[in-house]
Amino acid sequence: MAALLDVKNLGISFGGLRAVNGFDISIEKGELYGLIGPNGAGKTTVFNLLTGVYRPDTGKIILDGKDITGKKTIDISKAGVARTFQNIRLFKQLSVLDNVKAGLHNHHRYSAVEGVLRLPRYFKVEKEMNGRAMELLQVFGLENHADVLAANLPYGEQRKLEIARALATEPKLLLLDEPAAGMNPNETGSLMEMIQLVREKFGMTILLIEHDMKLVSGICEKLTVLNFGEVLACGKTAEVLNNPQVITAYLGE
Amino acid sequence: MGMSFISYLINGLSLGSVYAIIALGYTMVYGIAKMLNFAHGDVIMIGAYTALIAITQSGLPPVAGVLAAVVVCTALGVVIEGVAYRPLRNASSSLAVLITAIGVSYLLQNIALLVFGPNAQTFPSVIKWDGVSLADGKLNISGVTIVTIGACILIMILLMTFVQKSKQGQAMRAVSEDRGAAQLMGINVNGTIALTFAIGSALAAIAGVLLCSAYPTLTPYTGAMPGIKAFVAAVFGGIGSIPGAFIGGLLLGIIEILGRAYISSQMADAIVFAVLIVVLLVKPAGLLGKKIQEKV
Repeated sequence: MAALLDVKNLGISFGGLRAVNGFDISIEKGELYGLIGPNGAGKTTVFNLLTGVYRPDTGKIILDGKDITGKKTIDISKAGVARTFQNIRLFKQLSVLDNVKAGLHNHHRYSAVEGVLRLPRYFKVEKEMNGRAMELLQVFGLENHADVLAANLPYGEQRKLEIARALATEPKLLLLDEPAAGMNPNETGSLMEMIQLVREKFGMTILLIEHDMKLVSGICEKLTVLNFGEVLACGKTAEVLNNPQVITAYLGE
Repeated sequence: MGMSFISYLINGLSLGSVYAIIALGYTMVYGIAKMLNFAHGDVIMIGAYTALIAITQSGLPPVAGVLAAVVVCTALGVVIEGVAYRPLRNASSSLAVLITAIGVSYLLQNIALLVFGPNAQTFPSVIKWDGVSLADGKLNISGVTIVTIGACILIMILLMTFVQKSKQGQAMRAVSEDRGAAQLMGINVNGTIALTFAIGSALAAIAGVLLCSAYPTLTPYTGAMPGIKAFVAAVFGGIGSIPGAFIGGLLLGIIEILGRAYISSQMADAIVFAVLIVVLLVKPAGLLGKKIQEKV
């Protein structure tokens, strides 16, 4: 069976800087895959390439047999890639519920006219959206905060809400950019459980960037290590973490 | 004083309602697309000419004339956005789009000059109702006044619930906050901004008809001054805020009419702008505006 995400020779330059070069990755459906590397290695740039924020200079991105290379962000979202952000980018002035509903936007339709005049279809679709959004919030234990402004949620909960919002777009592939950043060990522990729950409950394929080695070695099955924009190593988690080159890249000579 | 004061107040509310309807368009476009659409006032003028032609030359009933104006202006708004503003959306300077908007404004005025000529045309009465007479005939409120105020309140309620409660409204608020993240969540940013322009321009058409029903002379420059005053109203109320535009518009209309009645009819406009300056000195974000935190 072909991989869900198949990336070959991906590359991009900013001015004279080759930020990502010859990047390959292949992720099977249902896999939990980690992308690690020192700061500035180009990990978030890879995410930006995968989601269409940047257009690659070279390479191909195949998602579930479909070529999504160089497509617009919105088309890639529709094709089934969703993500969270390193620096949380929730809609802070929207309620928790509305944030998730923003993610549902593409799957539930009524016209603007129906929305202004509040025709029956408006009530029907809004009810569906509310139901679906509440289900998602329940998975993350956020259902009691549905009406709270996203800005007023505690930090850890904001991270969870971002994952819920991403899942609302019904992705095939979920990209998590440093989900444990700024969390204490307890919060990280509960996040790890959450990520595994998401994977089982939604049958989700997940690619995550993370610096927290406890999280990476705890839940990722496979890893790709990025260094100076190029793949340094890839394979099973334990093997990669014991690779002398990887240890050198992280700790120095 | 007494009755005449109340009568001025009602006239002020009526004029203010027109400003408020126009200001709603300004404020929504600013809030969501983050740009000042200085051509907005001229869309009003195009709406008024459309209604004028539909009613006097095509002989359509007034309601159909208003509908025609709404349709033409909605299409015009979407076209202006798509042709003139969208290509500049990622321009390095927001000045580019501001200057383009001023260009579009002059373009519309000059097209109108070319097509309709510089002479003032008399706008037909769209609202046939004579209105009501209160207090033994001492207080007359015209039909136009009542319809204008009623239309403004209705529009305000519909718009508020639409933006707060509908998925398109949610998309608007999401785009307003973080365009990039909205796009990554599958929200069609271009479509959302186009919808904002469509709504703003439809409101401009209604404002144009109401304005010309109250002050029935129409020239290619008719939209310019109300456009600027509505912009002042939007800033006054807190630009980007829908209730702010509503309150700002109403207050501005009342100040203008009272200033004209009790202080000086020549000075009325100056008073309006002076009030704006004072408000901005005391509350720089406007009456209901939020403090904007610069991202560092």
